Amino acid sequence: MHAIEKILAKASGKSEVRSGEIVEARVDVAEVNDLYLQVVKSFYEMGGERVANPDKVAFVFDHYSPPPTIKAADNQRQMRNFCKKMGINRLFDVGEGVCHQVLAESGLIGPGKIVIETDSHSTTLGALGAFASGVGATDLAIILLTGQLWFKVPPVIRIEVDGAIPNGVMAKDVILYILGKLKQDAAIYKAVEYSGSAIPSMSMDERFVLCNMSVEMGAKTAYIQPDDITFNFLEEKGAKRDNFEVFVTDGDFRYQESYSFDVSGLSPQVALPGSVDDVANIEDVQSVPVTQVFIGTCTGGRLNDIKVATDILRGRHVAKGVRCLIVPASKAIFRDALAEGYVMDLVEAGAVFVTPGCGPCLGAHEGVLTAEDVCVSTSSRNFPGRMGSTEASIFVASPATAAASAVAGHLADPRDFVG
Amino acid sequence: MKEVELIQGRVFIFGDNIDTDQIYPGRYLELTEPEEVALHAMEGADPDFPSKVQPGDIIVGGKNFGCGSSREHAVITLLASGVRAVVAKSFARIFYRNAINRGLPAVEIPDLEPNSISQGSIATLDLKNGTFSLSNGKVYKFIPFPDNIMAIIKAGGIMPFYKAKATSQTPEKT
Repeated sequence: MHAIEKILAKASGKSEVRSGEIVEARVDVAEVNDLYLQVVKSFYEMGGERVANPDKVAFVFDHYSPPPTIKAADNQRQMRNFCKKMGINRLFDVGEGVCHQVLAESGLIGPGKIVIETDSHSTTLGALGAFASGVGATDLAIILLTGQLWFKVPPVIRIEVDGAIPNGVMAKDVILYILGKLKQDAAIYKAVEYSGSAIPSMSMDERFVLCNMSVEMGAKTAYIQPDDITFNFLEEKGAKRDNFEVFVTDGDFRYQESYSFDVSGLSPQVALPGSVDDVANIEDVQSVPVTQVFIGTCTGGRLNDIKVATDILRGRHVAKGVRCLIVPASKAIFRDALAEGYVMDLVEAGAVFVTPGCGPCLGAHEGVLTAEDVCVSTSSRNFPGRMGSTEASIFVASPATAAASAVAGHLADPRDFVG
Repeated sequence: MKEVELIQGRVFIFGDNIDTDQIYPGRYLELTEPEEVALHAMEGADPDFPSKVQPGDIIVGGKNFGCGSSREHAVITLLASGVRAVVAKSFARIFYRNAINRGLPAVEIPDLEPNSISQGSIATLDLKNGTFSLSNGKVYKFIPFPDNIMAIIKAGGIMPFYKAKATSQTPEKT
């Protein structure tokens, strides 16, 4: 069995499960974000009176943080009341950050856990060796009601990433490159495991990026085998090792498919407007003028991302006509960025800070685009209309490419800015 | 229940990778009432869709329909605007789960050729016998839903099943 199968087997009280089998598994952590008042509505519609395990539930207000409209504010108010009524103490309110990052920092998530969130980017947490997957509102309401949910055991595909990542190239470039090759329906209903010689030297910040964007190829979950880097991260967050169980894939496990990518000669990658799998090398893309640069989100708003952006922007200035928005993925990251002096350097360079959370990624507030805007974003999606007007152009790139573009005023190669 | 299993309506054709931002743009996510949510169905792909759609219509898509976010709004908006089924070459996973949970038949036909179907023509979707019949005589076959999924669709979604469970547990609490 694969480690993922072993996690699902244990959570459903079975000794063995196989791909395609449907299991009813207990959920260790269920998370609801502030787009999902529907969870509360579905819970009551099903006759719910009390939440099965309030200690295993978290609410995170990240998408509308702080709320831009009366309606969004009222949705949060109703969710706060629900938490109070149901004895849910883990309410991460406005400003705490994006749900996946907040949960990663909570110490609740680690190897062997089953984590279900009302957000497609839940696959992020597979970087900690958990089975992490996104669902809609009614599925989450069923977990609140019963503590469990049914899952189809997914087939697993293996993506090996080999070679040393070149200077000026980031994990974001690696995953964009993979997406460009495999395309956005490559892993529908499947689990994706990352291994290969590039993985052990990647920090958790970088590993999260690979798992995060796995959903852009349709993945149900993503997985990286836990190692010392995983446990050092968990220890830093105050988690106890014996809270978790590391499952190891059997030597005779057969992957449904295997892919191998050598990243040692990789260029910075850019997803062209409209589709996240339409990917090109930066040197092959026209250096179009940019009006907005967005560095943030559960994909590109971690401390390492802000550090890399700072290293490029420090002592330089955001080009005239460009709005450079920085949105730390969590309050903890914001605090660390302050302590490291990154915030001062970035503000001096002309960047604008926005409350930790999802920021303009979902096109609702804090940097919505017009039809005329051209944005370089470290987020994960550039679907038409994702950040506002369906006519706006969104280039998805790494924090390094985004920062370089902010300085240049046009799409730019970060290798020209790093020593 | 016959009308649930036999759906006849106009088809609206869309391409590959129709994402949830096109089905239901993010700027309307604060809305929670179905009648409000219905006003923005497919707006990101076709701004006129909300004014054109009529009860009973069928959406036809290509590969990976419903990719992107986990927003259940994407299914709620289609149902509330009158769409009765979605037929596509393949579906993104969360959209598929949400569709079944809400009682919207999401029918996967891998050999479907959306571009060969004429926009607005009348098609018949027979969920029981697994056929999708077009006005030009072309009939696609698909594997019908298993009984448990069909029961969810007939009940109008998964909530009635859990409602029964929740109700039967009530005496233990008192």
